[in-house]
Amino acid sequence: MWNFLKQQLYVLWSNVVTLWLVFTHLFKKKDTVEYPDVQPYMFPRWRGRIILSRDPDGEERCVACNLCAVACPVDCIALQKTEDENGRWYPEFFRINFSRCIMCGFCEEACPTHAIQLTPDFEMAEYVRQDMVWEKKDLLISGTGKYHDYNFYKIAGKAIGGKGKGEARHELPPIDRRSLLP
Amino acid sequence: MAKITVDGKVFDVDPNNNLLEEILSNQQDLPYFCWHPSMGSVGSCRQCAMIEYANDDDQRGRQIMACMTSPRDGARYSIDKAAQFRAQAIESIMTSHPHDCPVCEEGGECHLQDMTVMSGHTYRRYDGKKSTHTNQDLGPFIGHEMNRCITCYRCVRYYKDYAGGTDFGPQASHNHTYFGRFQDGALESEFSGNLAEVCPTGVFTDKVFSKHYARKWDLQSSPSVCAACGVGCNINPGERYGTLRRVVNRLNDQVNGYFLCDKGRFGTGYVNSSERLRVNMVRSAHDGRPTEISPTEAKSRLLALKGKAIGIGSPRASLEANFALRQLVGKENFYAGVSEVEFGLLSQIVEIYKSRPVQAASIRDIELCDAVVVLGEDVTNTAARIALALRQSVKNLGRELAAKMKLPQWHDAAIRNLAQGRKSPLYIIGPAASRLDDIAKQVYIASPADTARIGFAIAHALDSTAPAVTDLSAAEQSLVASIATDLKGAKKPLVVSGTSLLEPALLQAAANIATACSGAPGPGRIVLTAPEVNSLGLMLLMDGSQNSLGKAMQSGARAAIVLENDLYRRAPAATIGRFLSGLEQLAVLDHLQNRTGEAANLVLAAGTFAETSGTFVNYEGRAQHFYATFKPAPEIRSSAKWLCDTEFGAEPRIHVLTGGAAALLPNGYKLQKLTPGADWNFAGARAPRQHHRYSGRTALRAHLNVHEPKQEQDEDGIMNYSMEGVPPLKDSTIFSSPWAPGWNSNQSVFKFQKHTGGELLQSGHGELLLDVPAADKTWFAAVIQKPVVEGFALFPLYHLFGSEELTARSEAIQAKATGAYVALNPADVERLGLAASDGVQVQHNGAVPYLARASIAPGTVGVPVGLSGLNFQDLVTPGLALNKASNWQNPKDWRASNIIVSDAGSTTAYGRGVQGR
Repeated sequence: MWNFLKQQLYVLWSNVVTLWLVFTHLFKKKDTVEYPDVQPYMFPRWRGRIILSRDPDGEERCVACNLCAVACPVDCIALQKTEDENGRWYPEFFRINFSRCIMCGFCEEACPTHAIQLTPDFEMAEYVRQDMVWEKKDLLISGTGKYHDYNFYKIAGKAIGGKGKGEARHELPPIDRRSLLP
Repeated sequence: MAKITVDGKVFDVDPNNNLLEEILSNQQDLPYFCWHPSMGSVGSCRQCAMIEYANDDDQRGRQIMACMTSPRDGARYSIDKAAQFRAQAIESIMTSHPHDCPVCEEGGECHLQDMTVMSGHTYRRYDGKKSTHTNQDLGPFIGHEMNRCITCYRCVRYYKDYAGGTDFGPQASHNHTYFGRFQDGALESEFSGNLAEVCPTGVFTDKVFSKHYARKWDLQSSPSVCAACGVGCNINPGERYGTLRRVVNRLNDQVNGYFLCDKGRFGTGYVNSSERLRVNMVRSAHDGRPTEISPTEAKSRLLALKGKAIGIGSPRASLEANFALRQLVGKENFYAGVSEVEFGLLSQIVEIYKSRPVQAASIRDIELCDAVVVLGEDVTNTAARIALALRQSVKNLGRELAAKMKLPQWHDAAIRNLAQGRKSPLYIIGPAASRLDDIAKQVYIASPADTARIGFAIAHALDSTAPAVTDLSAAEQSLVASIATDLKGAKKPLVVSGTSLLEPALLQAAANIATACSGAPGPGRIVLTAPEVNSLGLMLLMDGSQNSLGKAMQSGARAAIVLENDLYRRAPAATIGRFLSGLEQLAVLDHLQNRTGEAANLVLAAGTFAETSGTFVNYEGRAQHFYATFKPAPEIRSSAKWLCDTEFGAEPRIHVLTGGAAALLPNGYKLQKLTPGADWNFAGARAPRQHHRYSGRTALRAHLNVHEPKQEQDEDGIMNYSMEGVPPLKDSTIFSSPWAPGWNSNQSVFKFQKHTGGELLQSGHGELLLDVPAADKTWFAAVIQKPVVEGFALFPLYHLFGSEELTARSEAIQAKATGAYVALNPADVERLGLAASDGVQVQHNGAVPYLARASIAPGTVGVPVGLSGLNFQDLVTPGLALNKASNWQNPKDWRASNIIVSDAGSTTAYGRGVQGR
């Protein structure tokens, strides 16, 4: 009998403690985020929606080297190289099938020009699967993305419009091939 | 054979080869740049360093360059111990390399990338500045990016020493060395495209490919055969996004080896042309308006012609397509689709191969010959790869001298130094100077008939039982005596002739010379070039029938099926026009729009060599199989599939048709050996067309529909249109694109050879259909019909770029081609009173510009074949009346600077008799 009462009292006590704990939470910081009214903080290196960036001069960074496409484990990137009249390579089209993309970030790692970058944007739901296929016009942003200073063509030895031979970083002026002087 | 020990492993090696070659043949990895299996060693790049030990006690050894060392029997070597030296060597090579791999066409198949990784150099320690170079415009074929150069000298050794180019070389000195032309301009050599493959990095790249570039791993490819001339070089076409992107060499040790000509490499643009027939059409009888029809309807309309129509075959269609047509219309209604004259020439070639003790020389055989006489054939323009082989044949004297001096045969620079420009004899007799004149011992300009006379006289001088020729001039007699002496003294004499001058006596004269050379060292060697890729195959399929196109036009048929053939290129336009307008039903199967197709009331879109599979037979009777590289739109089908009747099933696999054709050919059973059989597989896997790194599979067609279609199926059997299948390193029975771990460039082909530079492990080199007959020496009578000529004696001139029907419709080739013209002796130019900007009226065939060429005999005129503005077939008379054209203005497509000829001992381009760069 005594044991029974002790047990009942314990149950009562435990309920009071629980109520108290719940009550104290009224004065604690809320864990629930009011998404989407409140946006969560995403780390800059989060691997979300893929973009194509521009170099500090505002030109397309992508040189259509195809390394992202070959690095992609689900083969969801397709592009075609073309060239402007001054020899600058850029993609004629650049397509990512986001319905296949697994956000692994290999493309960003493979990119020699910091053109393709993964962003913290993860909100990529569509009602129609076809809308998950993004072309260059959808991917290309107007800024430099995460890497502000890198400009591939300023370092590469290939001449493009506005940068001749010998004008890249660490380059001597073009040699005079008629000269035999040391 | 010798035994050597390399890092503890024992290898059997051939002491006559250099150590590098033997190390590679034993499947070891050793970096190299300057060495090339076809060009020997010079030891300039210092990459293939190894350690050689004097004896078993030697712990230190000495450093050697493997490519400059003959393996010593029993010696001990090390690759690993020299690793540090190689890393340092490549580090210094890379100090000025320009950090532009992502925008380099070579990236992903770059020998320099591979070797850098293999040598272990990963980080640039040198902090000095990079030297830079300006680029040159090297014409429409080859791009130039001199910053990438590592000074291995392979380009010069190929372009100058191997291919005989004169307008390219090294300039400046030390780390300023520059490789290019002496001034901007298109490379003159007909073999310049190989620079892109020879260059270990991206200095010389394929400009045509760069315009629609794709990385090597993204190109869908298959083993194929070049369809641009009768040599049948093995090629490896690459496709991406439904268009043919490029052609690279595919090794066949007996045919093309490591090199192609520019026509074959750059002439496939027509596959993607806007003039391609991409739908099937019927043309209404009332107003001639074409209406598109479905493939099923097209096929039923075509088959409805069975029993009514004659069939006109084609020397540029596959054996299977011609055979299917022959079965459809019946043997007696099947016509060869070549002119009467060409039919005669081709039957003559077949007769010679079948009845004379002669053997058709392969390209490899030609390279080994040590005395050659060329009778009237301008091989540079009609069968270019043979010209490159002839250039190698004259080096055999140097090799012989080297052997006497006990110099190894791979020692390229030493042999050249020893030879001091002395060459094995090469005689060229023909109506105009050719591009091989610079290596010839003697060039003699003679009309086709006179060339044949001299040929017969040579045969008589070699063997007195051969018919003699009288009335030779003193110059001709001394030429004949000199040639006969050289051929007699040679170990491997060769005679080269062909069909291009349309002179049957030339073939007979060549046959007599080869017969006279036969005997002690086996059959006489002969090369008789065939005009088109499957000319000989078509001829063998005729099976003794005499049905030429001329016969077809006399047959009185009311309906005809024309297979891949523009008849207007075969006979005078008026004759063809009459024939076609007399037909009630005309079905044409072809790749491109042409005049014959315009007259047809049923037009079917036929797949090109890149979209279909089949067999071609080359000039020596070598049958070679080509596999479709990619699948065309469903409207386009292979001609063989269009034409095959229910007899073989509605949609037979290609091997069924090959088997059918085999029954008609001599040694037809050999055709079965060309492919491993329709049911071939390796552990259940077929051969993949795509590289294992093929990218973008889920995005290629995503813009059309995000739901991916089923992978394309290959009904013919043994290759997949996908990356699934057996990797070539496991089984290379069907070998298209070489790749091995660490070897992404085309240099990886050694991993698939029995011995580096030699035969492929598994894929063979085609099958020779014609046996050398065990015939006695029989002679053709030296009867030459000298044409009675009024006016200028006419001879055909061929252009590598522009004379062939299909390649001439490729953009890249058009950039190097020119419109029609006539070539005249400067004296005749004066006689006709032509000023520099005048044109020449050619009988009633309109006026064309002219070119003065010193080598052309006065009173003769060279008329180009196939160039736009003048139809050679319309000039039926052997003599031409030429007059100065009034009110003349040069047409826009007249580009004299594109005509590269080597007249009057000069090796530079002439336009209008002046240097026309």
